[in-house]
Amino acid sequence: MEDASQVGLDIVVLVKHVPDAQFDRHISGEDRTTDRNESILSELDEYALEAALQLVEAHGGDAAGHRITAVTMGPAGAVSAVKKALQIGAHAGVHLCDDALAGSDAAGTSRALAAVVSHLGAVDLVITGMASTDGETSLVPAQLAERLELPQVTFASSLELERGDNSWSLTARRDGDVYSETVEATLPAVVSVTDQINEPRYPNFKGIMAAKKKPLTTLSLDEVGVAPGEVGLAGAWTAVQSADPRPPRSQGTIISDDGDAGIRLVDFLAAQKLL
Amino acid sequence: MATVLVVIDNPGAALHKSHRELLTLAGTFGDAVVAFIGDLPDAIAQELGARGVRTVYRPAAADVEEFLVAGKAGFLTAVVRSSSPAAVLLGNTFEAKEIAARAGIQLSSGVITDAVAIGEDLTVTKSVLAGSYAVEAKVTTGTPLITVKANIVDVAAAGEGDLPELVTVESVTPANTARITGRTAKPASGRPELTEARVIVAGGRGVDGDFSPVEELADALGGAVGASRAATDAGWIEHSAQIGQTGKTVSPQLYISAGISGAIQQKAGMQTAKVIIAVNKDSDSPVFDIADFGIVGDLFTVLPQATAEIIKRRS
Ligand SMILES: Cc1cc2nc3c(=O)[nH]c(=O)nc-3n(C[C@H](O)[C@H](O)[C@H](O)COP(=O)(O)OP(=O)(O)OC[C@H]3O[C@@H](n4cnc5c(N)ncnc54)[C@H](O)[C@@H]3O)c2cc1C
Ligand SMILES: Nc1ncnc2c1ncn2[C@@H]1O[C@H](COP(=O)(O)O)[C@@H](O)[C@H]1O
Repeated sequence: MEDASQVGLDIVVLVKHVPDAQFDRHISGEDRTTDRNESILSELDEYALEAALQLVEAHGGDAAGHRITAVTMGPAGAVSAVKKALQIGAHAGVHLCDDALAGSDAAGTSRALAAVVSHLGAVDLVITGMASTDGETSLVPAQLAERLELPQVTFASSLELERGDNSWSLTARRDGDVYSETVEATLPAVVSVTDQINEPRYPNFKGIMAAKKKPLTTLSLDEVGVAPGEVGLAGAWTAVQSADPRPPRSQGTIISDDGDAGIRLVDFLAAQKLL
Repeated sequence: MATVLVVIDNPGAALHKSHRELLTLAGTFGDAVVAFIGDLPDAIAQELGARGVRTVYRPAAADVEEFLVAGKAGFLTAVVRSSSPAAVLLGNTFEAKEIAARAGIQLSSGVITDAVAIGEDLTVTKSVLAGSYAVEAKVTTGTPLITVKANIVDVAAAGEGDLPELVTVESVTPANTARITGRTAKPASGRPELTEARVIVAGGRGVDGDFSPVEELADALGGAVGASRAATDAGWIEHSAQIGQTGKTVSPQLYISAGISGAIQQKAGMQTAKVIIAVNKDSDSPVFDIADFGIVGDLFTVLPQATAEIIKRRS
């Protein structure tokens, strides 16, 4: 093992390119996949990138040799999520792009992303968002940890690293319904962070200019050693059989309070048999 | 007859409504068996028996819970291997999803989250993209691992039955795991659990630090108290009360929203509620677009008046 006191941290941040929730989102096509026009860097992955940037800043900054690589998997357009991450402050970008990836479920996504992480070599930390804002399964981080055989530290709402003699250790807080837990692990590890952990920064002009010179690599499945049949629709362990738009909720009765709105609220409950 | 495995993780002193729902659902497909993590008090063992559960699997190692998710997932995998169920049903908490996620990789089995219905052939119905689509999905490889939302079935009455047989299962926890080194219990509110509640009254920035009108209305209706992120971020109420994209997703019979504007991330967690009532000072608030009954007014007058009226009509 390398001597941790000598080398910087190698951090991978996973960023997903997702349809912007501010617009109507659609499922389309024979394969019933999500329409990815009007897409952005998933809001929840901004917290992962911010967490990485803060860890670097807390441990000597760029000068200490730390390196943040933003990784995405998705069609050609997904590269814009990586570019945004470079503008915000990641040092390098990787885009796994392959036609065979279309229609991947969580198992396929974690298979492919695990292969990218392994391909990148000695990674100390993989940081992800708590959920993708389109898939919203929160399955990928746990599956990545399982596949990479690394400690899983998920739903972290705080995250600290400590440099030991020849390794780094991590302490996180995980808030559940019943308990708040303290979690400890030795790096390398897979971490997912919640939106409680920090306040993500925006790209500034300097960052936007600097991003243009940062290395951005496109990888194919072949290059990371994954067979096409292991991912995408062909390799999925689940199948979407139908997808029907639900009629949007329609507006009901709106009243202005003339002094008796509380009573009218109760009348409404009684009429709906909700009392 | 097929068996369906239900995962019950640390229920405490008694089963929760969501556990009873899972057992009821499992019973519609075959014999329910249980993978049980945590202390198993006699009362729970008796209830499981009364609900027709003949076998309860428990981890051999006392420390599976000390290894974040990995220990529980290893246990689930071992139970599935030894009992070969037709499907596995879990609750819909973040942790349950993660247990299913890892066991899914170990077992080469598909996972479907957020189920709101399960058909005879194990086709799962769920809603996606913040409730804007209803999707039918099916596990095509391995043993289906399905996390099920609360409030989707009526709990069957418990019958009579002998105590289930307890079977201890050896499992493997991977060497390289994160450890839980501390646990602080959160204060219990005494109100129903948000995801299980039939009625929720939620407050936002408009409560301005004072949740009492929201709590009093919730108590009059026997409901749970929820909040927007603005309210939890301000520290007026526990983070676990947050409803929305990064909080809880709820589908109660009745959701009363007070002093909440109705941002997209808030709507994502509550717009599948059966009936929505909104109270907000600003008639332009987006929450009114999805309200069945909206009141443009001050929550500090409307809510207490409603609470008093409910108490009056009940007495
Ligand atoms: C990544 C991300 C995740 C998020 N996740 C969530 C989430 O899970 N849940 C969530 O809720 N939000 C979430 N948000 C935040 C969300 O975007 C909104 O900022 C938040 O929901 C606003 O809360 P609010 O409606 O209470 O506050 P505001 O938007 O400030 O609205 C307050 C409302 O109260 C009304 N009001 C004020 N006083 C009174 C009164 N006396 N009587 C009646 N009405 C009154 C006002 O008219 C106003 O409409 C998330 C944001 C991000 C970026
Ligand atoms: N296609 C993808 N590309 C990059 N990261 C991803 C992708 N899918 C999922 N992730 C990461 O995994 C997290 C959880 O996603 P999910 O399990 O889909 O809810 C996201 O917040 C991302 O950080």
